[in-house]
Amino acid sequence: MTTPQIGKIHVTMTVNGTQVDGLVEPRLLLVHFIRENLQLTGTHIGCETSHCGACTVDLDGMSVKSCTVFAVQVDGANIMTIEGMANADGTLSALQEGFRMMHGLQCGFCTPGMIMRAHRLLKENPNPNEEEIRFGISGNLCRCTGYQNIVKAIQYAAAKLNGTEFKEAAE
Amino acid sequence: MNDITLTREEREAKLEGLGCRRKRVEDIRFTQGKGNYVDDLKLPGMLHGDFVRSPYAHARIKSINKDAALKVPGVLAVLTAEDLKGVNLAWMPTLAGDVQMVLADGKVLFQGQEVAFVVATDRYAADDGVVAVDVEYEALPVLIDPFKALEPDAPVLREDIKDKMDGAHGPRRHPNHIFEWTVGDKELTDAAFSKAEVAIKELISYQRVHPSPLETCQCVCSFDKIKGELTIWGTFQAPHVIRTVVALIAKLPEQKIHVISPDIGGGFGNKVGAYPGYICAAVASIVTGKPVKWVEDRIENLTATSFARDYHMTAEIAATKEGKVTALRVHVLADHGAFDACADPSKWPAGFFNIVTGSYDFPTAYVSVDGIYTNKAPGGVAYRCSFRVTEAAYCIERAMDILAQKLGMDPAELRMKNFIKPEQFPYHSALGWEYDSGDYQTALNKALETVKYEDLRKEQAAKREAFRRGETREIMGVGVCFFTEIVGAGPSKNCDILGIAMFDSCEIRLHPTGAGIARMGTKSQGQGHETTYAQIIASEIGIPAEDITVEEGNTDTAPYGLGTYGSRSTPVAGAAIATAARKIKAKAQMIAAYRLEVHEDDLEWDVDGFRVKGLPEKFMSMKDICWAAYNSVPPGMEPGLEAVSYYDPPNMTYPFGAYVCVMDIDVDTGVYKVRRFYALDDCGTRINPMIIEGQVHGGLTEAFAIAMGQEIRYDETGNVLTGSFMDFFLPTAMETPHWETDYTVTPSPHHPIGAKGVGESPNVGGVPAFSNAVNDAFSFLGSTHIQMPHDFWRNWQAAKRLGVTG
Repeated sequence: MTTPQIGKIHVTMTVNGTQVDGLVEPRLLLVHFIRENLQLTGTHIGCETSHCGACTVDLDGMSVKSCTVFAVQVDGANIMTIEGMANADGTLSALQEGFRMMHGLQCGFCTPGMIMRAHRLLKENPNPNEEEIRFGISGNLCRCTGYQNIVKAIQYAAAKLNGTEFKEAAE
Repeated sequence: MNDITLTREEREAKLEGLGCRRKRVEDIRFTQGKGNYVDDLKLPGMLHGDFVRSPYAHARIKSINKDAALKVPGVLAVLTAEDLKGVNLAWMPTLAGDVQMVLADGKVLFQGQEVAFVVATDRYAADDGVVAVDVEYEALPVLIDPFKALEPDAPVLREDIKDKMDGAHGPRRHPNHIFEWTVGDKELTDAAFSKAEVAIKELISYQRVHPSPLETCQCVCSFDKIKGELTIWGTFQAPHVIRTVVALIAKLPEQKIHVISPDIGGGFGNKVGAYPGYICAAVASIVTGKPVKWVEDRIENLTATSFARDYHMTAEIAATKEGKVTALRVHVLADHGAFDACADPSKWPAGFFNIVTGSYDFPTAYVSVDGIYTNKAPGGVAYRCSFRVTEAAYCIERAMDILAQKLGMDPAELRMKNFIKPEQFPYHSALGWEYDSGDYQTALNKALETVKYEDLRKEQAAKREAFRRGETREIMGVGVCFFTEIVGAGPSKNCDILGIAMFDSCEIRLHPTGAGIARMGTKSQGQGHETTYAQIIASEIGIPAEDITVEEGNTDTAPYGLGTYGSRSTPVAGAAIATAARKIKAKAQMIAAYRLEVHEDDLEWDVDGFRVKGLPEKFMSMKDICWAAYNSVPPGMEPGLEAVSYYDPPNMTYPFGAYVCVMDIDVDTGVYKVRRFYALDDCGTRINPMIIEGQVHGGLTEAFAIAMGQEIRYDETGNVLTGSFMDFFLPTAMETPHWETDYTVTPSPHHPIGAKGVGESPNVGGVPAFSNAVNDAFSFLGSTHIQMPHDFWRNWQAAKRLGVTG
């Protein structure tokens, strides 16, 4: 039994503000296109079944798990990955800073997906309460932190982006 | 030169040493997606390997046909056991003294077992090749229930050793028997039970679970034919041990093997052992002359590489009517799966299960453990705990509650009554350990006061009355746990892996400008070593933590170490850091004395340098000493400022803690709500409280997962029913409770900085706290013990069994 050869398809998309293209098999997953063709390895693979969210990217204004999307499905799309999150001057964005200040990460493997999800969450709801944050990130698994400091990291970022003060410390 | 504008406190703060909530160094790269994990590595010409795995739990292999697979575009090779026999690698030794098939040799023994290894130009082609390999199986009778393993007519699983009745840990009494391990005084214990006023006996099972770090196990192997050198990048918690294992089994000179553990996406014990994927990728690289990457997927991870627990513990306690314990007796049926691939120190087939006397002063105790084979994945790893310590803690903490129930005594009061007292330390337990330090009463009192324990019991009593009157369908449980761990393996006198003593190491080099690098034998998987290790150095030798780079995971540059697991990094490597730093400090003192023109005894240490006693203006900072070390050392002294330490700990450390969980359960749905979880930990000296609290949050979340839902479950034919995150419970932010942390500090007397280790305490203590809460909730209905995991369905089943719901 051999697999029939399928022709490759040309895809073009904008990733982190740069237009990229590639000649891909129709079955190539977006996460592999990002990680292997574009060499943007910050987007991770943790389960291949869209449970863990380590592969979350921002796709045309939505949080999407890139392990269950084909690259050919997003032809023409606008994508942002963790590599596009820092401020233009290279400093950490409010969310990245929040994760560091609030100890919202340990092994760092879920962190890019978590930050990408939090980024979209704060666009949808700039001032979420704890319950809304917990619901908002429930598609992203973390095995290290127990989420408590991730919630604080997102609150920290929300406060910073809203120009208000966040007084709590990581715990 | 001393910066006279700064106060002493400001100089101390600048160091970011012990006790500082220092922000993590690692986060700069991790928050930007610039971590460097194994799967991020892409080498020129790199190939990908993938496994054909057995769909059967027990079957004979009639034939393997590779022809179709080899015709798949991109497929270059298909390895089977027959191919590996050519290089004598069809089987490999396990860390537990057993042997394990690398690829199925004649038969398969568990579902998901590795049968063939397909090597292709990319991961998709490798998958195509896997599908095209044709394997013919003949199904054999399957053994899943551990309680049937030793029956006379049980299927014989390990035909390779069926007549070898002398195992790695003594005699075997059945082909499916691995070992019997006993400890304690049986006669004295039996005698105590025969005259016991009160006794309890309960089968307490700790189900099979899996560490499942978010990053699976993976490696890249690259063999350089010209140099004859093999480089392996892998998710290894113990890179040096992997190098030695490879040298021993692949017969390669050890200096020609380079093992590199880059950033690791969580380990929790999953990444200690050696797996067939590593061997196959290495062989494939040697065969093809190209780098070969192997990355397991999540289903493979949950199905094949390691599991934890699967301990079935029959616990008995004898006591007086007043509640003073007089003896403990435990028998364990330990299900190790198809091969004994536990990652325990060599002499400890049941790990440190003999910590099962816990925090209590048992005059006598006896433990026997029978290890057995079943048609399940091999392993028995220490999932976020020191070896079998969480099983032991669960056993004793559940058993103490059951005893309290029988005596009609409050479980906290029973614990308080039987605690080892502060004046008894160092305490010699009935099962052979020497507990280093503890103040259990203070810790438990603080916990009980904080949660207002008496009020909780009053509320519970009222709720029970209301339940009986039919006014509520909710029952309330208060779970109390007081655990004592044993971590920091371990003293060379009783701990080794493959004959290598379980020391650990640190090499510190200080540069002329007062910066430096510390290289370690351990390997962080998220614990934040790059941050905390530098804090120890900062406090020891007065160089700011930010000026110290901590490097781990490269066996060419790091001193030999036994790696990170069993909470051994701080107890062992942390001690090596302090010891190496003190060697540097001693040399620095000689240099300072020479430069300040005084005798070295006339100097005293002052935060970040040496000061001449009585002459406060005569001071030489560590930074200046570093410079001097490279140009003006005393006559006869070698230049430079560096030291290496291999630390062989004199004893283990014994962290402890008091946890309280308050839970409400709806009997008609089984739905529970964790109302409160309070965790007090005593890990001795606290290096970075922020990181400690983070470790506790994470460990409690894993404990919550285990106690309340996690299980690797098999059906009777050996199918894994929980092979993805759809079925295997990992809590999300929604169901994870809020954690309250607290602490007391009882330093370890034998550790250079008094630290004990903390990463695993919350898993060890958390599981019994949750389970005790559930069991406490149901206890007034006549139940003594409900097995984990306590998910909604099982809670509802329990309520049904107890006749309180339809």
